Amino acid sequence: MTPTSSAPFLTVTDLSVRYGAVEAVHGLSLEVERGSITVLLGANGAGKSSTLAALTGIAPAKGGLQFDGLSLTGMMPEEIVRHGIALCPEGRRVFPSLSVADNLHLGGAAHVKGDALAARIEAELDRFPILRERFHQRAGLLSGGEQQMLAIARALMSAPRLLLLDEPSLGLAPKVVDQVFDLVLSLRDQGITILLVEQNAERALDIANRGYVLQSGRLVLSGSGAELAGSDLIRQAYLAG
Amino acid sequence: MDVFLQQCLNAISLGGIYALLALGLAVVFSIVSLINFAHGELMTLAGYAIYAALLFAMPLPVALGAGVIAAALAAMAIERVAFRPMRRADATSLLITSFAVSVILRVLFQNGISARPKPVALPPELSGVVTFGPVHLSVIALASIAITILSLAALSLFLTRTTMGRAMRAAAEDFQVLRLMGIRANRVIAVAFAISGALAGVSAALWIAQRGSVDPLMGFVPVLKAFIAAVIGGLGSLPGAVAGGFALGIAEVLFQAFLPPEALPFRDAFVLSLVVAVLIWRPDGLIPAKTGRRS
Repeated sequence: MTPTSSAPFLTVTDLSVRYGAVEAVHGLSLEVERGSITVLLGANGAGKSSTLAALTGIAPAKGGLQFDGLSLTGMMPEEIVRHGIALCPEGRRVFPSLSVADNLHLGGAAHVKGDALAARIEAELDRFPILRERFHQRAGLLSGGEQQMLAIARALMSAPRLLLLDEPSLGLAPKVVDQVFDLVLSLRDQGITILLVEQNAERALDIANRGYVLQSGRLVLSGSGAELAGSDLIRQAYLAG
Repeated sequence: MDVFLQQCLNAISLGGIYALLALGLAVVFSIVSLINFAHGELMTLAGYAIYAALLFAMPLPVALGAGVIAAALAAMAIERVAFRPMRRADATSLLITSFAVSVILRVLFQNGISARPKPVALPPELSGVVTFGPVHLSVIALASIAITILSLAALSLFLTRTTMGRAMRAAAEDFQVLRLMGIRANRVIAVAFAISGALAGVSAALWIAQRGSVDPLMGFVPVLKAFIAAVIGGLGSLPGAVAGGFALGIAEVLFQAFLPPEALPFRDAFVLSLVVAVLIWRPDGLIPAKTGRRS
């Protein structure tokens, strides 16, 4: 799959997300290029997760959501993932009383069946050898890092073209954080476009092709990873010291 | 010895009926947080389906199957017509909706069929006794226990071996993430209702086998007991529903059999005191549900 057009892979235009009286995202526009890593930065409550929720159909969204020539506005979450967008949610949210095997099975079951499903599980176990060791254990008994690997593997079971990662390094040991960022790079190299929400701004901008900074639901800054890493706003707000 | 063994069998067979009913309530509750008060009417409906099938001279196994299928289809229809439009409503509105469905069905049974019990003629060999050496045991109790065990085993296989079964267990923990995997919420909910209905149908068959008649209020008392069973087991927990059902059934039969005659009129008071004691000891039930909802 080589990029055939210059049109962006994902285009968000004037997106608003409202929960009752609270507007979490206000008039956000952004673009994600095919094969890139794009980072969304911002404080807690800035609207990063709500943006991902709108992209996956779990939050009510107003505005334009164009994904590879297809409008996602008003689509159900079950449909959107079929078109190739997978979300690895904040807080991992593995199914705790189900086994690692069952978690992976459910990640792929809506997309492939039988041998093809088994082959995808096998491929994820090759990518994450620790999950092979834990294959029959309940997901709730895994360590935080292992659960994060499982959550990413489960999202990859749908063979997404665009992977949304919400705070994948949150609460993990430094060594595991390294693994997560290495993984994000290798997924991008395998042709999966990544939209990453991170609180670890320094690490995220380091691997990002492009970054967007949100504040109270509005876009306040955007640029290449290097530009943002050098900007005063980012230095003061996120890169203490 | 005979009496004691027979009482134990009765206890297990009654407990099995409560367990199946409580399981039907728990399957739905674990996924949509709805306590379906129309569950008793599903049981009654299955009873009438069995009655009708036998009227048309169908063999007993076919009639029992018809009861199970009728209740499963009715449960799916109720979900589609009454609960799906209320999907975004709060728990209280859902509860009131289920009361409405329950009352409507009961009035339909009373005015459309008859307020009086309809006798269900069962083959005579069912009311017989099997003899194992010195011990005589009733066929109905044994068959009822066997059917309960088969149903529980089938459900357990379904929940652990099939995609839909796994999806139902996952939905009980985090429905939103399950939808993100591409698994259709409506289908999971419809199957949960179908299973709940089928379990009510099996319970109806076992209940009728012991009582020989069906009336518009047939489902009311057993399902009330099943609510209690589901609560002592841990509301929304499937193993809890089974444990609670058997515990309640066994407690009822044993109090019935071994309380002194002057205390017998207060049997339910004894049983419910035990329920209260269990809930003081374990407020979340014997085997609490694990909800994966975020902390």
